[in-house]
Parts: sequence; C-alpha cells; structure tokens
Amino acid sequence: MSELTVPVTKNDHFQGPADAPVTMVEYGDYECPYCGQAYYIIKQLQADLGDMLRFVFRNFPLTQIHPDALPAAYAAEAAGLQGKFWEMHDVIYEHQEELEAHNLASFAYLLELDVDRFVKDMNSEAVNKKVYDDFWSGVRSGVNGTPTFFINGKRHEGSYAYQSLRGAIEEAAGQAAKGNKKAEGAGI
Amino acid sequence: MSQQSPLEPGTEAPDFKLKVTPDQQVTLKDFDGQPVILVFYPADFSPVCGDELALYNEVLPEFQKHGAQVIGISVDNVWCHLAFGEERNLHFPLLSDFHPKGEVSRSYNAYLEDEGESARAIYVIDKGGNIAWGYIAPIGVNPGADGALRALEALSDGHDAQSNKS
Repeated sequence: MSELTVPVTKNDHFQGPADAPVTMVEYGDYECPYCGQAYYIIKQLQADLGDMLRFVFRNFPLTQIHPDALPAAYAAEAAGLQGKFWEMHDVIYEHQEELEAHNLASFAYLLELDVDRFVKDMNSEAVNKKVYDDFWSGVRSGVNGTPTFFINGKRHEGSYAYQSLRGAIEEAAGQAAKGNKKAEGAGI
Repeated sequence: MSQQSPLEPGTEAPDFKLKVTPDQQVTLKDFDGQPVILVFYPADFSPVCGDELALYNEVLPEFQKHGAQVIGISVDNVWCHLAFGEERNLHFPLLSDFHPKGEVSRSYNAYLEDEGESARAIYVIDKGGNIAWGYIAPIGVNPGADGALRALEALSDGHDAQSNKS
C-alpha cells in the first residue's frame, strides 16, 4: 500500500477546513484530460461533502507527453503568490485546450493579477522549485499516473469516478471517527 | 488470473533475446555492467495518458544518474512499439515479447495466462545480472516509480543483491 511520504503542510494549497476529518491530496497535471474530468468531480464532492473534506492540490506535470503542463503549473503557483492559486487552477482546468504562454498571461489579466509580476514569478526559482518538489514528493509516494489521489495519506487504488472517491472519503471519515472515540476511551 | 510472486533477489536474472526494432535484437547481456530496470506492462496504447510508462519516462533522468537502463516489455509487436514509443515520446527501448508469445514475461513470473498479456511487473537487475528487487502489481493497479528508485539507490550505496540477501 503506497502512502504519502510528504505530509500536508501550510505550504500546500488547500480548500476546506484544516481540521476536516478527511484530507484528499491530488497529484495532477494541468494538461491531462483525465485530471480535467476529475476537476469537475472534485467540485461536486466538495459541494456534497462540505466540511468533511479538505482538498489539497500538488503538481505532477508529465512534461514528455504534455508540453504545456509545466508552464501551466508555474502559472498556478505564480498566481498563488498573488493570492489567487485556486482561481488560476480553476481557469486552467476549464480551458485545458488553451494553455499556451499567451493564454496563461490572459488568464492572469482576467483574474486581475499584476501581469508583469506574474510573468516574472512564473520563471522564478521559488516557483520552479515548488513544482519540482511537488513532483518528487509524488514520485516518492508512489504516484502511478495522473490523477493520483491520497485519502488520509493512503493511495486511492480505485478510479476517480464520483462514487469511487466518495466511498473512499466516507470510509476514511468513519475510520477517523472511530480513531477519535478510541482515543477518548483511552483517556488520551 | 493467479498472481505470482516475483523472482527472488540474488537469483540470476533470466537472459532474453528480443526484438527492439524490426531488424534489431537486444539481450540482457548487452547491458552487462550497468543496472537494468525491466518494466513489464500489459499493452501499448492503454487508454490512460499518465500511466506507468509515462511516469518512468518522466523519472528517467533520475534513473540515468545511477547509470541504469530502463527497458519496457510487452507482448505487442515491434511495429506497434515503434508507433507507441513515438506517440508517447518515450526515451527508452520497448522490447517485443511477441514470439514465442510471452516467453520472457513467463520466465520473470510476469505473464497472465488468462489474459495473454504481461502483468505490471518491475525488476531492478544489478550490474552483475542478478535480481536486486522485484515487484508484481495486483491486477488493475499501476505501480509507481518509488520502489524501483529505492532499490536502485540501495545498489548505488553499495549493497549488491547478495548482501541484501544475507
């Protein structure tokens, strides 16, 4: 069973409460069409599960098959430096066929970012390193394709279909609740 | 669809002679003196883009730092491999276990008789030609690159297959 080797920290991008019973980490590629399908499924899960779920996105660009995946990952991280990571993440997944450099700059403009700073940040060492570190944390954790999900630290072996992810999240929530009860019972 | 165990670390890796292009064959002995990572997989053109081979392709520079050669093996024929390698921009050779079908996969316990395909199996072979590490993934599960990398790093740190065994 493959497990997440690099725990979620405040340097990760996340949505949902920090104390949610379930944390789901996605390793995703912005140009991967399957990640594009999963994007809408995750939105639905977030809407349906509410505070049960904290969602974390980490970069896993497969540069040899997706030439636009790496610049897109840089773009989302650069937008993050101006407080708009998720806005850029969403725009990219909603426009996967249009990820060339001029498209990324237009997204930044539409999101009302400082575009000059955005372009500079996209090429900065800090942003490049963040993406690189995400990728390698994924390799070390047994990411086996994109998208790969880790639910409370364990690699999700099922598909990214709604029911499969929802079932795994609810099971993890059940286990977390049991764990809490045990801890209370033991007087911890 | 019985799941087999991988060959034991320390045992000699079965040699093979397989086509890599329509008029060129490759043997394991050709890679004597360097570690080899054998990646068995069921079929070219499986309908996922970010699969195991794409992952190994992406991590290739890290494997190469250890002087290792990555080789893919499936039962597809060489023409299919050529088209697949080109489409996915793969930077390592794909060998064709096509005739007699599955013979090499079978010698590595990596053949699914009922399916007529190779299993998803990964072997790291040390530079002396012995199995250092092997893994056969459950059916339907894509292995990552973490296990092979760790095995390779252990080899580079000077543990050969024999000392791992003892």
